[in-house]
Amino acid sequence: MVSAVIKTLGFLAMKIKGQGIALDDLDWQILQLLQKNAKWTYTEIGNKLDVAHSTVYDRIQRLEEHGIIKKYRAVVDLEKTGMQQITALITIHTDPKESEHIANRLSESPEVLEVSSSFSEELVINAKVVSQDQAKLHSFIAQSIAPLPGVLRIRTSIITKKYKEEASPLLL
Amino acid sequence: MMVSPSRILRSVLREEAFYFFTSIGNYTGQSAASLDEFLQKIKEVNIKSLEFHLYREDFEKWIAQTLGDTKLAEDIKGLRNMKVVGNALRDRLYFLVSRRLKELKGTPQVSVSK
Repeated sequence: MVSAVIKTLGFLAMKIKGQGIALDDLDWQILQLLQKNAKWTYTEIGNKLDVAHSTVYDRIQRLEEHGIIKKYRAVVDLEKTGMQQITALITIHTDPKESEHIANRLSESPEVLEVSSSFSEELVINAKVVSQDQAKLHSFIAQSIAPLPGVLRIRTSIITKKYKEEASPLLL
Repeated sequence: MMVSPSRILRSVLREEAFYFFTSIGNYTGQSAASLDEFLQKIKEVNIKSLEFHLYREDFEKWIAQTLGDTKLAEDIKGLRNMKVVGNALRDRLYFLVSRRLKELKGTPQVSVSK
């Protein structure tokens, strides 16, 4: 399955501030279709929206040039490839003074797929990490995350089954 | 290869410290950067953490490879082989480390090269 990853927040900011390019309904519809299936051709998209394929081409070119369409990527089902890999969701409780630094350091690691911060009772950093096996995952956490200044404790859940995995939808 | 008591007793860098986990990826927030601190943490950490690390051979690896104390590492290996768990493990581990600390601190600080 292939999906377009779209810089939604960046776009919304432009829309609100009136900066950058202005998007119309057709742009939005194209983006929605690309998120469903980025392999649809210009003609297929044009047919769905009742516009010429050249129009679709021009619009997509413009969306790419302005970084609204950030990239196209394949979402691979690793289970089916037989490749040994585990994914873990890590919650890092941090000293608030150090959380930014910790998030930046995590973001530098290739095995870390996503990094975000959230707040409920206290500020935490959330990270999605891949590893070949549990031993390597533990080594990574013990050697690369636990020693970072400001890490108070860490909770890790290993994903056992994925029920859905999609790019963020455009909530219009 | 002999390692001097002062070297075994030193404080190591943050990256080389021992970090206590209760299971894969679950860090307690407790760490030890020296044998003295390690002894203190034995009293404090969740018993699950002691069991987790003992049976993964983490204690003996850190003590031998980072601190350089193969004698204490061997003692801990013996404890693992006895399959001790729970508070008996905490007590026994505390005994072994405190005994070794006394031994090391009682040893004249002569320079013995690594």
